[in-house]
Amino acid sequence: MLDTQVTATRLPARRRPRRSWRSPAYAFLLPGFAVFTLVMVYPTAQALLISLQRWSVSPYQPSKFIGLANYATAMRDPIFWRSLANAGVYAGVTVPGQLILGLLCAVALKAAIPGRTAFRIMVYIPVITSWVVVSILFKYLFQTDGGLVNFLLHDVAAVVPANIDWLNSRWLAMAAICALGVWKGVGWTMLIFLAALQAVPDSLYEAAAVDGAGSAKQFWHVTLPSIRRTMVFVMIMLVIGAFNVFISVSLMTDGGPADQTQVPLTYLYRQAFDFLDFGYGSAIAFMLTAVIVAFSALQFRFQGADEESAA
Amino acid sequence: MTRTSPSKRRRQRLVLTTRFVVLSLASLLSIGPLVYMALISFKENAYSLTGPADLTSGTYSLANYAQAWTAGGLGVSFLNSLGVALLTMVAVVLLGSMMAYAFARFDFPGRRIAFALIVFELMVPAIMLVIPQFVLAKSLHLLDNRMGLLLIYIGTNLAFNTFLLYGFFRGIPAELDEAMRIDGAGAWRRYWQLALPLARPALATAAIFSFLGSWDEYVWAMTIITDPTKRTLPLAIALFSGAHATNWGLTFAASVIALVPVLVVFFLFQRQLVGGITAGALKS
Repeated sequence: MLDTQVTATRLPARRRPRRSWRSPAYAFLLPGFAVFTLVMVYPTAQALLISLQRWSVSPYQPSKFIGLANYATAMRDPIFWRSLANAGVYAGVTVPGQLILGLLCAVALKAAIPGRTAFRIMVYIPVITSWVVVSILFKYLFQTDGGLVNFLLHDVAAVVPANIDWLNSRWLAMAAICALGVWKGVGWTMLIFLAALQAVPDSLYEAAAVDGAGSAKQFWHVTLPSIRRTMVFVMIMLVIGAFNVFISVSLMTDGGPADQTQVPLTYLYRQAFDFLDFGYGSAIAFMLTAVIVAFSALQFRFQGADEESAA
Repeated sequence: MTRTSPSKRRRQRLVLTTRFVVLSLASLLSIGPLVYMALISFKENAYSLTGPADLTSGTYSLANYAQAWTAGGLGVSFLNSLGVALLTMVAVVLLGSMMAYAFARFDFPGRRIAFALIVFELMVPAIMLVIPQFVLAKSLHLLDNRMGLLLIYIGTNLAFNTFLLYGFFRGIPAELDEAMRIDGAGAWRRYWQLALPLARPALATAAIFSFLGSWDEYVWAMTIITDPTKRTLPLAIALFSGAHATNWGLTFAASVIALVPVLVVFFLFQRQLVGGITAGALKS
């Protein structure tokens, strides 16, 4: 520390501090980086190792290295494939749902309108609520008897002949889980799109208007191309988020009935902490991580954020 | 499409009305379920609540809140959550800003690889690490221990907040740093007296994110905490809805208690949060 300080004062003309093992940077870096390494980097490597073993929870029994056997098990496990398919369905519904509704809200909010801030805040509030709270809430809303959704569909609108048993079959339960996903996410996409829309120069719209383009044409030929990059960013983030779905499924159906609504994370959690098969759970985790990291890398590359700032 | 003034005005009004309807509907759908939840939390004896129609009958009171707070042990959970979240926040802001400062202002051997590790871990989903983190916590004797919560929350929140603060520190002109250095200020003084004060908005954002990241965390807490006196709020609420399966009034009172501080923080720091959320998305 001290001697670098002295060097720094002695050589005031130097533009950048010397690239040295004695850089004061280490003192700044080390405390945080030690925690980060212990809690994140080491477990990441450990996840791979555990996935290659028949992991023994008991300290008196050695774990056994079994190579890729856990991965092979997953390939033959119909519930694993179903969990992936469910996550795919969840992504297929919630990603377009959040994109379209978020964009719709953003477009409606872009120009001045009475109550604009209030609208923005209200649509954003679900985003900041805790997943635990809203998952329990939606479980309640989608209850067969006494749930608000059935009340509205059956008692008020009378569009269904009887109360729907939402959470006890695969597709109806997935529909309820997707409804929560979209409800909680629209505010975020809206906020990102709103910022992107406000960055589109007005001159583009003026030029389009001079050329005789109506609002629909302006939207199609000016708005959409201008926010294309934001759109791709949002889409990738949403796909990553969709494959991370966990708490809502865990609390609304717990993967049931009979593993029908398992998603990869609920399934790996069950394998690990109910069946104590840490090896198999880690293998599922690792495969999913690989997919998600690939998507994230795509996004980083797309943003050109190799070492650039986020702000 | 005629260009006459009255029809144009009529169309403008139609567009405005449509926007208003869209936004009203979106707002209603967004906060409707939460308002409904809040209403039920004030309903006495929600055991027997059979449907939304019952909202108009019966009495409203704070009975659920009183019962949840004392008999349900929610007060203890609230303090646990608050303590862990505050400590996480302080540690993450301090350690994260130090790391960010190192990355933003120094070139040193290992810088690229250290930074790449942070970016890499940003992509690794939290739940993927729950198994090895459990093994780690077990070997450190941190299972069923609030220190186990704290350690993991600090570690998992560091990557993102370091990244966030790094971006901000990079935005501070290097000339200021240079000027202080020529005046003989050491690295710590420049960090403490120049970088941190200038980064106050970003520090506020990081503080909020790390606080909320800990306050709302559920999966890790569920995995390691079993002792009722060590539960955090999300855990208490989830167990509440299980243990008192039919008493929704109690569950929702607990939920409202957990939600209110978040809403307050959100309203107070709306601007910083929105800045932090849209940061990075708008590089296009």
